Amino acid sequence: MTVADTIASSFLRVRGLGKSFGAFQALKDVDLDVARGEFVCFLGPSGCGKTTLLRAIAGLDPQDQGTIHIGGRDVSKAPPSERDFGIVFQSYALFPNLTVAKNVGYGLVNRARPRREIDARVAELLALVGLPEQGTKFPGQLSGGQQQRVALARALATSPGLLLLDEPLSALDAKVRVRLRDEMRALQQRLGVTTIMVTHDQEEALAMADRIVVMNHGVIEQVGTPEEIYRRPETAFVADFVGHMTFLDAVVTGPRSVKVGALDFIVAEDAGAEVGTPVKLALRPEAVQTRGVAADAPNRFDARVGDLAFLGAFCRAQLAPIEPGAPIIAADISANAMRDLGVATGDVRSVAFPPEALRVFAAAAS
Amino acid sequence: MSELATSAPATASAMRFRRAGLGEAQVAGALIAVVCLVLILIIALPLWTLLSKSVQNVDGQFVGLANFAAYARSPTLVASLVNSVMVAGLATAIVIPLAFVYAYALTRSRMPLKGLFAAAALLPIFAPSLMAALALIYVFGNQGILKSWMMGASLYGPIGIVVAEALYSFPHALLILTTALSLSDGRLREAADALGTTRRRIFWSITLPGARYGLVSAAFVVFTLVITDFGVPKVIGGQFDVLATDAYRQVVGQQNFPMGAVVGLVLLIPAVAAFFVDRRAQKRQTALLSARATPYFPKRDRQRDWSLFAFVALVGTAIVATYGVAVWGSFVRYWPYNLSLTLNNYDFASVEPTGWEGYVNSLKLAGLTAVIGTAFVFVGAYLIEKLTVFPRLRGFAHFLAMLPMAVPGLVLGLGYVFFFNASWNPLNVLYGTLVVMVINTVAHYYTVAHITALTSLKQIDREFEAVSASLKVPFWRTFSRVTAPICMPAILDIAVYLFVNAMTTVSAVIFLYGSSTKLASIAIVHMDEAGAVASAAAMGTVIMATAIGVKLLHVALNALVFGRLQRWRVR
Repeated sequence: MTVADTIASSFLRVRGLGKSFGAFQALKDVDLDVARGEFVCFLGPSGCGKTTLLRAIAGLDPQDQGTIHIGGRDVSKAPPSERDFGIVFQSYALFPNLTVAKNVGYGLVNRARPRREIDARVAELLALVGLPEQGTKFPGQLSGGQQQRVALARALATSPGLLLLDEPLSALDAKVRVRLRDEMRALQQRLGVTTIMVTHDQEEALAMADRIVVMNHGVIEQVGTPEEIYRRPETAFVADFVGHMTFLDAVVTGPRSVKVGALDFIVAEDAGAEVGTPVKLALRPEAVQTRGVAADAPNRFDARVGDLAFLGAFCRAQLAPIEPGAPIIAADISANAMRDLGVATGDVRSVAFPPEALRVFAAAAS
Repeated sequence: MSELATSAPATASAMRFRRAGLGEAQVAGALIAVVCLVLILIIALPLWTLLSKSVQNVDGQFVGLANFAAYARSPTLVASLVNSVMVAGLATAIVIPLAFVYAYALTRSRMPLKGLFAAAALLPIFAPSLMAALALIYVFGNQGILKSWMMGASLYGPIGIVVAEALYSFPHALLILTTALSLSDGRLREAADALGTTRRRIFWSITLPGARYGLVSAAFVVFTLVITDFGVPKVIGGQFDVLATDAYRQVVGQQNFPMGAVVGLVLLIPAVAAFFVDRRAQKRQTALLSARATPYFPKRDRQRDWSLFAFVALVGTAIVATYGVAVWGSFVRYWPYNLSLTLNNYDFASVEPTGWEGYVNSLKLAGLTAVIGTAFVFVGAYLIEKLTVFPRLRGFAHFLAMLPMAVPGLVLGLGYVFFFNASWNPLNVLYGTLVVMVINTVAHYYTVAHITALTSLKQIDREFEAVSASLKVPFWRTFSRVTAPICMPAILDIAVYLFVNAMTTVSAVIFLYGSSTKLASIAIVHMDEAGAVASAAAMGTVIMATAIGVKLLHVALNALVFGRLQRWRVR
């Protein structure tokens, strides 16, 4: 598939989008393509521009520069009512004085369809989100999770081409959140509606999205599948924001090797920097190999186990390599390994850092 | 060919969409423009005419500040200024401490009968200001039952004005101070208690600083109310001239419009100052209180509760008793010599050519003001708060809506005389009609109504309009189906506020009524001038009964109807 084909097949196309609030630049030259039927998450810390981007796509806060195409139509200057989308807000924005059924049917009544048809569609939608028989209640009589489903049903009522979700789960309890996110994902796949969800919760994004758009300071840092984002973060920001990551100050010593203090590390990828360049070496605590370390494993070191923090399914150990002048490195040791190996503070153990789990980033970034 | 076939429906649907969407934006723009135009017409232009009148001579030629110079050279006018400032200052100095302790008792003690005394203190709001003056005349006037208490001093002058104004302005100060005192963080008290702080120190270090801005704001409001009030000095002032009566005499008596305008502008100074002080105070007050503040629940304390109760009972009874005497007097045959009861004083036709017609006019004015004013204010506030198009125009409309707060009724009334009476103005056919009085009353009380509407609109989820747009439902449909029903309590509040004020106002409409549109409140002034004090009190009683009746209806409506109609509010 050529680039032109990709663009042609993309349902949502955003080009060169920029927006400022006074002196603050919320979006800087953002390009994005979303394919039909895809579930995309905008992920980033608060103030990164993810909600601004969503609201620009919806036409609620129009962009200053750039273009937006939805379904092949240029909607860059169109008001929200001319764009084809349904939206669910964090607050749900349910109309408190209307019953659940009236809320769901709110957008249908305007289309001059027979009453019977509307009622049937409302019943169908309520069944779809798992709330049959609840139509006569008022939103205030429902739980948070139920309100969220009503909001979803209302957004889907007019069969929009694009479903926008603005932190739809963050007002809910942790348990309900996990259940609803699985349900929403299943529903989205069943209906095949192109969906964009804004979230600051990386776990949510990793669990739900086909692709994740990681944003920071108004720019897109990386776009990729959850696995790509997690395993192959392209920038130090992504590496730091998604999952846990230890950053070590290092110096390039060869095409595939860096030195951290007195320790030499082999990395799988060419850092692409000259020898002597200061860089950051990044590794995930859970990637540290603590058992069955082969004698000839690369990046193998002896380290003393320092503080151990019990975190339920695993312990986070602070490892101090025996070599003098080496930094302390965090490693996650599973509960199983803890038990089998009898790890305790003060032990000296052999650990290894698999080269393919190590990433090298320019030192300037943090 | 195939290209044409596929693109044609898409273009058609896009055009249909565009037409529908443009329509909505155009409607929004047109409505906002209408709101701006109306506000310019009813607020900005009358004020502008007042300003320009003050720099013109009687023939309408520009004379710069000559009128102001003439004012400064006129000893009688300067004396009025001194009188006004003195009277307003004294009334403020009396009202603020009393209202503060009263508010403190209502919010920070566990004294009994709080609701009753809160209601008692609000009584003056439901009567024209001059009702307090009439009541004082019954008690301490020349024929007063307690005249001896005056020890030879005359009630008719500064003493009468100060006391009557204190009574009249008390509830206004109380409302502000109650709000200020109830907006305090209970956690501060708990922290202080935990640290073993003495009660005296808690009062000086937590309570008073917390209410500081409320005190400043209340003081300015009372000062402005008093200095611009026309009814009290007219009835009880005797030979003691103040600015408000000067303005009336210059305009109505001597037809000296430029000098009237100058007096009006002088009156504008404290009001404008109060406006800005209040805005600053409100900003600080909100900053003082975090979203996580918890309300303070006072603990029982016999000594404090009963001493505060004694104070509140004394002040509350004094207020009710004063107005009660005026009501009683209105039923008395010949005060104070024949105290047998009669309805003769309610036969207004015997002392006033318009008779009961004034009351009917007042009802018409109040009804129309409530209906038209509420509809306009609420729709205007909705457009300003909830729409996103034309931000500059909406900002301008909001500015105009906030202006009347800084303009006393008397000054606005003067502006209306100059604007609607002008020969160049095609709208001058309205002068003297009920229409212009309705417009004036809406404008006069616009700001409080506007703020009430804004406050309730701000509490509504700001995404309703966004959701509606995504569902392709136009905003006016969401307004009528969702926003207005949700805000119904606030809408009723606004309607009752406008009705009560339209019933009781004197200061603005005194310049605007015509021979067939004299109001009940103006009839009181005239009956008092004619020496028919009992009939004046009777008319005051009728106004008061109507205003209180409407308020009680409001309370009942809120309790009964909204319980059923607004079932969704109940969880």
